[in-house]
Amino acid sequence: MTVVVGFTPTAAGRAALLAAAEEAAQRQMSVVVVNSSRGDALSDPGFAQPADLDWAKSTLTDAGVSFTIRQEVRGKEAADEVLDVLDEVGARLCVIGIRRRSAVGKILLGSNAHRILMDARCPVLAVKAAKDD
Amino acid sequence: MDNLELLLQGFATAATPVNLLLALIGVIVGTAVGVLPGIGPAMTVALLLPILGGLEPTSALIMLAGIFYGGMYGGSTTSILLNTPGESSSVVTAIEGNQMARGGRAAQALATAALGSFIAGTIGTALLVFFAPLVTQFAISLGAPEYFAIMLLAFIAVTAVFGASRLRGFISLMLGLTIGLVGLDSVSGQARLTFGIPQLSDGIDVVVVAVGIFALGEALWVAAHLRRRAVEVIPVGRPWMGREDFKRSWKPWLRGTAYGFPFGAVPAGGAEIPTFLSYITEKRLTKHPEEFGKGAIEGVAGPEAANNASAAGTMVPMLSLGLPTNATAAVMLAALVSYGIQPGPLLLQREGELVWALIASLFIGNTLLLILNLPLAPLWAKLLRIPRPYLYAGILFFASMGAYAVNGSSFDLILLLVMGVLGFVMRRFGLPVLPLIIAVILGPRIELQGRRALQLSSGELKGLFGSVNVSTGQFQLSPIAVTVYLIILIVLAWPLLFALIRKALPAKAQEALEVVHEERVHPQHADDVSVEPPADPEAREKSRQ
Repeated sequence: MTVVVGFTPTAAGRAALLAAAEEAAQRQMSVVVVNSSRGDALSDPGFAQPADLDWAKSTLTDAGVSFTIRQEVRGKEAADEVLDVLDEVGARLCVIGIRRRSAVGKILLGSNAHRILMDARCPVLAVKAAKDD
Repeated sequence: MDNLELLLQGFATAATPVNLLLALIGVIVGTAVGVLPGIGPAMTVALLLPILGGLEPTSALIMLAGIFYGGMYGGSTTSILLNTPGESSSVVTAIEGNQMARGGRAAQALATAALGSFIAGTIGTALLVFFAPLVTQFAISLGAPEYFAIMLLAFIAVTAVFGASRLRGFISLMLGLTIGLVGLDSVSGQARLTFGIPQLSDGIDVVVVAVGIFALGEALWVAAHLRRRAVEVIPVGRPWMGREDFKRSWKPWLRGTAYGFPFGAVPAGGAEIPTFLSYITEKRLTKHPEEFGKGAIEGVAGPEAANNASAAGTMVPMLSLGLPTNATAAVMLAALVSYGIQPGPLLLQREGELVWALIASLFIGNTLLLILNLPLAPLWAKLLRIPRPYLYAGILFFASMGAYAVNGSSFDLILLLVMGVLGFVMRRFGLPVLPLIIAVILGPRIELQGRRALQLSSGELKGLFGSVNVSTGQFQLSPIAVTVYLIILIVLAWPLLFALIRKALPAKAQEALEVVHEERVHPQHADDVSVEPPADPEAREKSRQ
């Protein structure tokens, strides 16, 4: 029985992790934190650095839930990584952070959040970052 | 001051709107490629060579010089923010620079690097104005035997002084000389190493070799090591410095310049040694020894100044003797040749306008870089987010187009692929690229001078050591040639001498030497970010020159 959370070191990602911790504590489930990078650029702002992972660990520990952190660099899109993990662990719930995108951004870029919402076989909880965050 | 007048004329040529624009494009492109590890100014210049064919030689060189200087600036940004030196010359900057950035002083580190580079570049270029005509005067008196000796020194020095392994250096040198041999013999007209392929009888174009080795080789290498853990880029605002930082920086800037320029100017110079010497000096002279290793500003200011001063120094032998001392200068020389301009001591006389415009554009480029880099540093860091496949697809496109454009023959594309595979293999086995490219460019010229010297002496070997005096008919040893051969002997015997000196030195100096040696052979900041174990980090670092 697990909750899978797609984590990025952004405001939306942190909000998702907090929501996942809360849900998991209520439902008495464990959390799998997924963070990934395609690994084809020298720097990737979505890739969690040690300090970000430490924050995730301490947050989940404080919430009193058991958790595993999976960080992958396999050349896959973030959505694929999350969807793979969902199937693999037979997740009950998937938590992701979403954010507003500009019209141009929508035309030019694909959305990992959209793909997870459409393709996940379990319920998906979409969380927004608090306005002031 | 005659030189000054010529320089002012140079400014008049370099400051036309078109040339100013090209200088601006040059420094922007140069900074961008300097920031990106693996893509250096040498590769960029090689890629641009065929495209620049339509421009005036002066304009093209102004742009190339912008790329050259820009690359030196850009390298420091990556070193400081990522601990991944973009260029081998900014390896030392990474030691203190990255520590400063981690300590929250990225802005100051970038500022001292940019200002130091500007000051060193400007002083270096001013020295260039002074020295280039002087060396040219000396160079005109040189004959074939002296040239042969000096080029031989350049070969030996480039192979034996750089790089962790002399054997690898010599392998690379021999590969380059062999490539240079392909084609018709200039004296007898015999076909050499053409394997009966008619297209090879013209020789292999330097552009194809440079693009193949630098661009295709690097692209193949990156393709073989594509997936890497993304590294953390330390966020940075607009670079600035406080009064205290200035106080601690200005002396290292000047000392770094003093180290960098002469090392850049001698045939075996390059930027690695002076940056390192500067670092060691600053470490010894600093009033804050406790900060070294934890982010001392002197450790960024000195090496960065040395780096740019050596770039200016490199121009001295290039413009006055036609001798390149680093890969970028080598490719720029190839550009000159492709315009039908003969590099060498007569360059300054025959193409004075071009040379002075080039020197003037160095001053302009330096100033542009300072204006550009102080406010734009955060933007440059964003370049690192470009996915490698996009980047290298573009590079491969330019590489193929450039190689095809040289002669408009598809045979060159096959050659390009062969050179690319060679470049990949060289990176795989840690062979330095610099000796190869210098050998390809200087190889045919050293052969010409060597054979000319032998012809003058009717084939006797002593012709390489001196020449017959025309007025007396007596054979005279050339003091310059003999001195240069002696220097070559010393360079070759250096490991032995080094061991002897070490025995004779007191303990404290020994320690210092140990440190120098240790650091040169095992740079601390090798690629510690890659997911897969790098084949040979130090060799990889070297191969990027």
